[in-house]
Amino acid sequence: MNRTIMDIWVGIFVAIGIAATVFISLRVANLLSSTSAATYQVHAEFNNIGGLKVRAPVKSAGVLVGRVTDISLDTVTYMALVTMDLEQQYSFSIDTSASILTSGLLGEQYVGLEIGGEEQKLQQNDKIMLTSSAMVLESLISEFMFNKAGESK
Amino acid sequence: MKAIVLLGHHVNDRLIRLGYITRFLIQILLQSGTCLLRPRLVLREIYFIGVQSLIIILVSGMFIGLVLGLQMYDTLQRFGSGEGVGTVVALALVRELGPVLSALLFASRAGTAVTAEIGLMKATEQLSAMEMMAIEPIARVIAPRFWAGIISLPLLTSMFNVMGITGGYLVAVPLLGVDEGIFWSNMQSSVDFSNDVLNGAIKSVVFAVAVILIAVFEGYNSPPTAEGVSNSTTRAVVTSSLSILALDFVLTAFMFRGI
Repeated sequence: MNRTIMDIWVGIFVAIGIAATVFISLRVANLLSSTSAATYQVHAEFNNIGGLKVRAPVKSAGVLVGRVTDISLDTVTYMALVTMDLEQQYSFSIDTSASILTSGLLGEQYVGLEIGGEEQKLQQNDKIMLTSSAMVLESLISEFMFNKAGESK
Repeated sequence: MKAIVLLGHHVNDRLIRLGYITRFLIQILLQSGTCLLRPRLVLREIYFIGVQSLIIILVSGMFIGLVLGLQMYDTLQRFGSGEGVGTVVALALVRELGPVLSALLFASRAGTAVTAEIGLMKATEQLSAMEMMAIEPIARVIAPRFWAGIISLPLLTSMFNVMGITGGYLVAVPLLGVDEGIFWSNMQSSVDFSNDVLNGAIKSVVFAVAVILIAVFEGYNSPPTAEGVSNSTTRAVVTSSLSILALDFVLTAFMFRGI
């Protein structure tokens, strides 16, 4: 087999392979848009985070504004400490409230931010004071059943 | 008693082969300098191993994507989430099917060819002739094929994934009427670069090492007869297919445990 023809084929092969990798990274995994924005970090303490996971979305009015980066248990207060990265272009007032919501009835859980009225904005490493916990379906059902049992007596 | 002896013999046999193949790998790595000095050797093998596997990889990838799209849409539709077909096709391909199936195809298309070629070179005493001329056969024959396999399979896997996703797209969007924008945006929001794409790439590199190492090892150690070469070729396919599946389970258990 001719050397140059072989070279051309190998060149085409490697070029297609690299193009395929780039296609998967950019078009399928959407690499560029997910890591480009600058972020700042805020914390929030919740009584119960339910099934919240690291990398869960943080949304405000339904718009994605950041992601959960770390979840740990505060051993002083025994509350769940959730750390999230918010995009720099969105600023929130210092009395913003955070709640853990579920997309759809049984969907993934995410953090919802609701804006307050203060002038002062949340800065790097600030803590969100107003939080409300996840709705845990089991405790809702058991509460409902206890109430029903109480009524019937 | 006889059964225990037989069991011990089998275990010993396997362990000796494992040690032998590890030493063989170290020897290949030590003698890879020639490949760096003469990249044309590797280039030639990429042509035979990689370029000539293109057709089977591309066509199978396309059909896997088409079938996956059809089946997944049918099931997802019952739960009213037919738009999720892009997500399922992309995740299944990038995480599991892409690396595993292209490695299996690669083992049967390129691995066998390498084993048979090296086995025949040994049977016709070409390897001994090289040694007579003070050319190290591992550096001249084995190492270029080894590196060509490691370069080719990850590239082939990428192409397989792209063809599969294209197949899924063709079924979902023009045929079944899923909205194009929702198809892509659902896929993009759930496929993660480091968790899914990078882990898939790591998998395909590991499979490449396993497949091509077993192929060259079986060829290099095949008995120099017609029957020996055919046995070695068979064993290369069986061993590498089984080790791909076993390795895939181990890698998946490590990579996707926390997700």
